Amino acid sequence: MPLHRILLPLVLLGASVALAQSATPAKPPASQADKNHPAMPAVPQHEDEGSRIFRQNCSRCHNTPEGFSPTISGTVLRHMSVRASLSMRDKAELLRFLNP
Amino acid sequence: MLLTLVALCFIRPMAAQDTPLISGGVGFFTATDAGKTTYLPIVEPLLAAPIGPHFLIESRAVLLESFDPNGDGQPGYNHSHFIGLTYLQGDYTLSPHLTIVAGSYLIPFNTYNDRLSPIWIGNFQRGPLIATLGTESTGTGTGGMLSGSAISRNKYSLSYNGYFSSLVNNTNFQSKRSAGGRVSLFFPDHGLEVGLSYNRQLQGVRENFYGAHIWWEPANSGFQLRSEFARAHHAQGYWIETAYRTQAFGGFNSFIGRIEPLFRMQQTFRRDDVFSDALPLVNTQIADFGLDYNLPHNTRILTSYSREFSSTGNFNIWQTGIVYRFLTPAWKGK
Repeated sequence: MPLHRILLPLVLLGASVALAQSATPAKPPASQADKNHPAMPAVPQHEDEGSRIFRQNCSRCHNTPEGFSPTISGTVLRHMSVRASLSMRDKAELLRFLNP
Repeated sequence: MLLTLVALCFIRPMAAQDTPLISGGVGFFTATDAGKTTYLPIVEPLLAAPIGPHFLIESRAVLLESFDPNGDGQPGYNHSHFIGLTYLQGDYTLSPHLTIVAGSYLIPFNTYNDRLSPIWIGNFQRGPLIATLGTESTGTGTGGMLSGSAISRNKYSLSYNGYFSSLVNNTNFQSKRSAGGRVSLFFPDHGLEVGLSYNRQLQGVRENFYGAHIWWEPANSGFQLRSEFARAHHAQGYWIETAYRTQAFGGFNSFIGRIEPLFRMQQTFRRDDVFSDALPLVNTQIADFGLDYNLPHNTRILTSYSREFSSTGNFNIWQTGIVYRFLTPAWKGK
C-alpha cells in the first residue's frame, strides 16, 4: 500500500485532534422556542447536574432538539434510558432538567 | 405495525410527561457516484409509546423512493420504492441495571447500527462500509436482548448489551440466527468511550465477528472523534470520523458556529478470497470530506465529497441532502 495513503488520514486526523485541543470551552448551544413548542430549558451559566448528564449521554450521539412539548419529556427520557443505560439518579436529574 | 396501532388504543399515559411521541426525520438526498446522479426522498418515522411505568413500545420505519438513471446510455430515470419497519421492540425496564428487550431490535454491534444510523443523526449521508459486519447484513435481530448500566459512578460507567436472535424470513422482519453482545466503558470527565463487541452467526457459515470502538468528545469543545474497527473471518475494516463546530464567533448558534466540517477515513481489507460478508470484494479506501450546516428548527444540510480508491477503479462521490427532524406528541396530552 502506498505510504501516502496511510499518511494522509493520519495527518488530517492529527490536525483535527490538535484543533480540538486548542478549542475554547464555551457554553452549550442555546435553545430556541415558539409558542407551541416550549424550548429545551436554557442552560444556566453555572452548569447544573441535569444539563451535564444531558450532554454526556444524549448529545454524544445527536444534536439537542431545539424544542418539544413537555408532555413527552418523560417518554423521551424513557426512550433515551434504554439507549444510554441511564442510572436512576441520572433519569431523575434529566427529568428535572427537561421540566425545570 | 397493526399490532402497534392496536396497542396504542389501550395506552393511557401514566404521567403528564408520558404521552406517546412520534419523532423521526424527513430528508431529500442526492448522490453522484462516478457521474451517475440518484435522488432519494426519504421519511424515517419513529414511535415511542409507554405502557405503564416499566414498559415501552418503540418502532422505526423507513419510506423511500429512489430515482436512478437508466443504464446502457438510455436517457431518463427509473424509480423504485421501499416501505418497511426498521425495528419494532418492547422494552421492559426492571431496574436501571436491567432492561429486557423483545421483538425486532437493532443489533448492538459497535456503534453505528443502533446509535448513528437514523438519518437525523448521522453526519454523513451514507454509513461506513463496515456497518454490515457483525450486524448480520440486515442490521436487525429478532428475539431477546438484555441491556443496562452495570456500574455507574461519577468518574466512569459501564454499560452492556447481550442478545440472541432467531432466524426469521418474514417479509417485514428478516433476521439470522445469531448471538452476541457489547460492553462500553465511558469516562465522562474526559468524554472518552471505549467498547468491545462480539457477534456469532449461528447458521450457515458459523462465523465470529469482533468489533471495537473509541469515541472522544471533549466537553464543550464542539469536537467529536468517532471510530470503529470490525473484523470478520474473511474481511476487516475501520472508519475514523472527526467533526468540529466552533464557538469562537458568537457560539454554536451563530452563522459560523452552525458550520460543521467533517472528515472520515475508512478502509476495508479482504483477508482471503472467500466472500461471506457484504464488504467490497477488493481492498477499498474512501476519504470523505464533509461540510454540514445546522440550520435552526432541527434542520441540517449535509454535503460531502468522497474519493474511493480500489483496484477496480477510483472515482468521486458527491452527496448533498437536507434533513428535518421532528418530535411531537402522538396526541395532545394533559
